[in-house]
Amino acid sequence: MIGPVLAARPDEELDRGSALPDLRKPPITKVQLVKYAGASGDYNLIHTDDETARSVGLEGVIAHGMLSMAFLGEYLCWLAGPESVRRLSVRFNEMVRPGDILTCRGRVKERTKRDAVVQLQLEVWAENQRAERVTIGEAEVEIT
Amino acid sequence: MDQPPALSRDLIGRESEVVLFEVERGAIRKFAEAVQDQTPQSLRGDIAPPTFPTTFRMTIPGLTFDLARVLHGAQEYRYERPLRAGDRVRCRVRVADVYRRTGRLGEMTFLILAMEGTDESGSPIFTGTTTAILR
Repeated sequence: MIGPVLAARPDEELDRGSALPDLRKPPITKVQLVKYAGASGDYNLIHTDDETARSVGLEGVIAHGMLSMAFLGEYLCWLAGPESVRRLSVRFNEMVRPGDILTCRGRVKERTKRDAVVQLQLEVWAENQRAERVTIGEAEVEIT
Repeated sequence: MDQPPALSRDLIGRESEVVLFEVERGAIRKFAEAVQDQTPQSLRGDIAPPTFPTTFRMTIPGLTFDLARVLHGAQEYRYERPLRAGDRVRCRVRVADVYRRTGRLGEMTFLILAMEGTDESGSPIFTGTTTAILR
């Protein structure tokens, strides 16, 4: 997987409404949640300790919302390159649990061109194996 | 169990100290590995993934709540440029708003936090907006 995948696309494939390629992530594991807690500094135990999660009415640990946002961040880097990401805004809609498999998907909302710079407004989301959109957002990337 | 007092609107405008964070190559790689982010520049530790500013943790005096009862509702980041290994980032976070809403889970408090990161000369690198929901 070598990005940025959008740079190679002709303009007409990036018109409004065009679907973007999917990025499928490996299943979420409890080890990943522990690693993400350590790497991000989010030590909220509802993400790593079942007992704490149950004490607040959950069935067990849930993933950090920010992990799914990080997947969408990777998605933008894959699509447009890490230098091109201007904005990412998400809403955490549904809980994500260990074993869930998220796929990042998106669509072009608007394309504007100024000189050699193409600015894309994107609709992006992470959906689970039941096609539920767990994290939904908007993004802006610039491609030169 | 003791419930901490509900957040007051008096907190609006309160802010953290300015904290200097150094973006370390190892921290970028560790973050990318945890996310299983395949971006080559991040796996090498050169460029931080877009959500890396979440690692910049600061405290706002007087703002306390029970972590286990907080839901992360929404998050936004805007970027002037990506963060790179070796960057020294001056960060600050501020309470932008506090309000109550009644939703499907009953009465909830919404806490909006605004964060900004600049380089050492004060040029903006990114801003972040967090919506936290307290049940």
